[in-house]
Amino acid sequence: MGLRRFIVKRVLLTIPILFGVSIVTFGMVHLTPGDPIDVLVSFNPDVGPAEEAALRERYGYDLPVWEQYLRWIGNVLQGDLGPVITRSGVSVNDVIMSRLPETIVLGLFGWVFALVIAIPTGIYAAVNKDDLGDHVSRFVALSGISIPNFWLGLMLILFGALVFNIWPVLPPRKGLLSLDTLWFLVMPGITIGTASASTLMRIMRSSMAEELNKEYVTAARAKGLPERTVILKHVLRNSLISVTTVAAFLTANIVAGSVVVEVVFSWPGLGREFVQAITSREVNLILAITLFTGVALVLANLLADIVYAMLDPRIRYD
Amino acid sequence: MALVEINDLTVNFYTEEGVVRAVDDLSYTIERGEKFGVVGESGAGKSVTAMSLMRLIEDPGQIESGEILFKGEDLLEMSEERVRSIRGNEIAMIFQDAQTALNPVYTVGEQISEVIRHHLDYGEREAKERTIRLLDEVGIPEAEARYSDYPHEFSGGMQQRAVIAMALSCDPDLLIADEPTTALDVTIEAKILDQLEDLADEFDTSIQLITHDLGVIAQVCDRVMVMYGGRPVEKAPVEELYYDPKHPYSVGLMSSIPRIGDTRERLQTIPGTMPDLVDVPTGCSFHPRCPYAEEACTRKDPVLVDPETGHEASGDPGEHAAACLEYTGDLTGGLDYTVEVDGEDPQITPGDQRE
Repeated sequence: MGLRRFIVKRVLLTIPILFGVSIVTFGMVHLTPGDPIDVLVSFNPDVGPAEEAALRERYGYDLPVWEQYLRWIGNVLQGDLGPVITRSGVSVNDVIMSRLPETIVLGLFGWVFALVIAIPTGIYAAVNKDDLGDHVSRFVALSGISIPNFWLGLMLILFGALVFNIWPVLPPRKGLLSLDTLWFLVMPGITIGTASASTLMRIMRSSMAEELNKEYVTAARAKGLPERTVILKHVLRNSLISVTTVAAFLTANIVAGSVVVEVVFSWPGLGREFVQAITSREVNLILAITLFTGVALVLANLLADIVYAMLDPRIRYD
Repeated sequence: MALVEINDLTVNFYTEEGVVRAVDDLSYTIERGEKFGVVGESGAGKSVTAMSLMRLIEDPGQIESGEILFKGEDLLEMSEERVRSIRGNEIAMIFQDAQTALNPVYTVGEQISEVIRHHLDYGEREAKERTIRLLDEVGIPEAEARYSDYPHEFSGGMQQRAVIAMALSCDPDLLIADEPTTALDVTIEAKILDQLEDLADEFDTSIQLITHDLGVIAQVCDRVMVMYGGRPVEKAPVEELYYDPKHPYSVGLMSSIPRIGDTRERLQTIPGTMPDLVDVPTGCSFHPRCPYAEEACTRKDPVLVDPETGHEASGDPGEHAAACLEYTGDLTGGLDYTVEVDGEDPQITPGDQRE
């Protein structure tokens, strides 16, 4: 199977990519002044210089950068992402395990929202090119791309919770897949997905408008097929090819967006952890979250390549 | 009753430069089983005529007036749904470039059996069987295995055959072939034309063959219409057009065909290009390029007449008609060219061309 070998190859290729990501991140974090010990010490004014040095030695922050990296990567390869130094007794593994599902659910929500909005409106705009509906959708899409997501989030909170009072401000303390939680996720989902939905919608429109000019469309009409079949069977599948490329790239948007959106909506995901980790110089946590982000992006691109092969028989992975 | 009768068809395109009259007051008929050729340069309105017959003229094009009677019923008056039940079923089209006419992401077999399922209410399996039979009939080897191939796995000639199979899939009464072999090399062209002719005879299908190549017309057609600037300038049975062309434009087209044993150093060409259809010349639209044009040609608009009598053409199939002022006695200099028949091929030599 060409496709299976291709997937295995791509998954193996992820390993050097993640090594690269970890080295660059490790180096960059070390360029910033301060480490978790500084943060720890600033909380307890009675800690003396001798104790500070002892702490630093205990966690290995006194070693040269390369040795620190090797120790860290050695532990990671054994499945240990290290301790969270400013929170005693908590390991990075614990944080990831509890926060990752939250972020994945939020990201998927934004994702689904973006696709569900973008594809039908894109089709509509392309089919009714230059009509009023097309112009309206263009205006809405450009607004969606231009509005900063933190502002959109605040507006949604303002209107949903204060003006109309139909939506809770704080995430419910219930199961991740309970109805209350899913209802809460609507607003952050819209916030995180709006920019992507707008971009995807424009791509969908232009790629479909281009496909509509091709001769196979006239040929399909000349076969007497209903317009619905012509659009949804013949044109759509061809148009989705370029949408897939962009959709894979936009995963980065969603991941980056989750940082801001989780803070605005007090959503207990990895994005909010990431902000806290940076302020408290938690090197281990920063590295772990960056690595997971890298994995997410690589997986998104892999998924896009698989979808390509399903959409377009001319693409062969040998 | 003729299978197709087109009366006074006018099609306009509303472009930014102005209104283009792509087809101007066009009338012709196609009989059952007849092979009718339409010839002319690019922009003569051939393809627009074909698309009108399918009622597939798209914005900014507009069928302005006229009627298209198919089996006595006006296509232009029908509901969209009724037209759709005719498209691909009773009137089918073979496109110029099979490679672009096939959807790259569906198998060739699926694209053919889809038509059969849609029009003939066949089930999945029966449609597949019929498709395989059709592919076999148009000369695709190992049709059963080829059924699930994608268009890019077919050669150019096979793609064209597949498109022909698609057009024949529902036993159409009329097959519109728009330059069906232009994209192919000459040896395959001859084979496919032969096949098209045989299949049309076998299925008792009428053909409207559109081309810029008089050689293709000669091989396949019974009757031919020469178009220029959206209008017919000459209609004749194929032999008559070949051995006795009456319109200076037909003469020009004939003398620009290269022939084996030709002693001419250069091929004859028709000077100039098709006029800008936004701003059509006054009088005869061919006069700026016509070697025999006189002052009268800039004023008077010629109509199709019987060249022998000068009476307006009756529209009978089989008559020879040309739209040139020569035949209504408006020219003083006459048309000066000779047709020599040497073996099978007529050789046309224009006289001294006046400026």
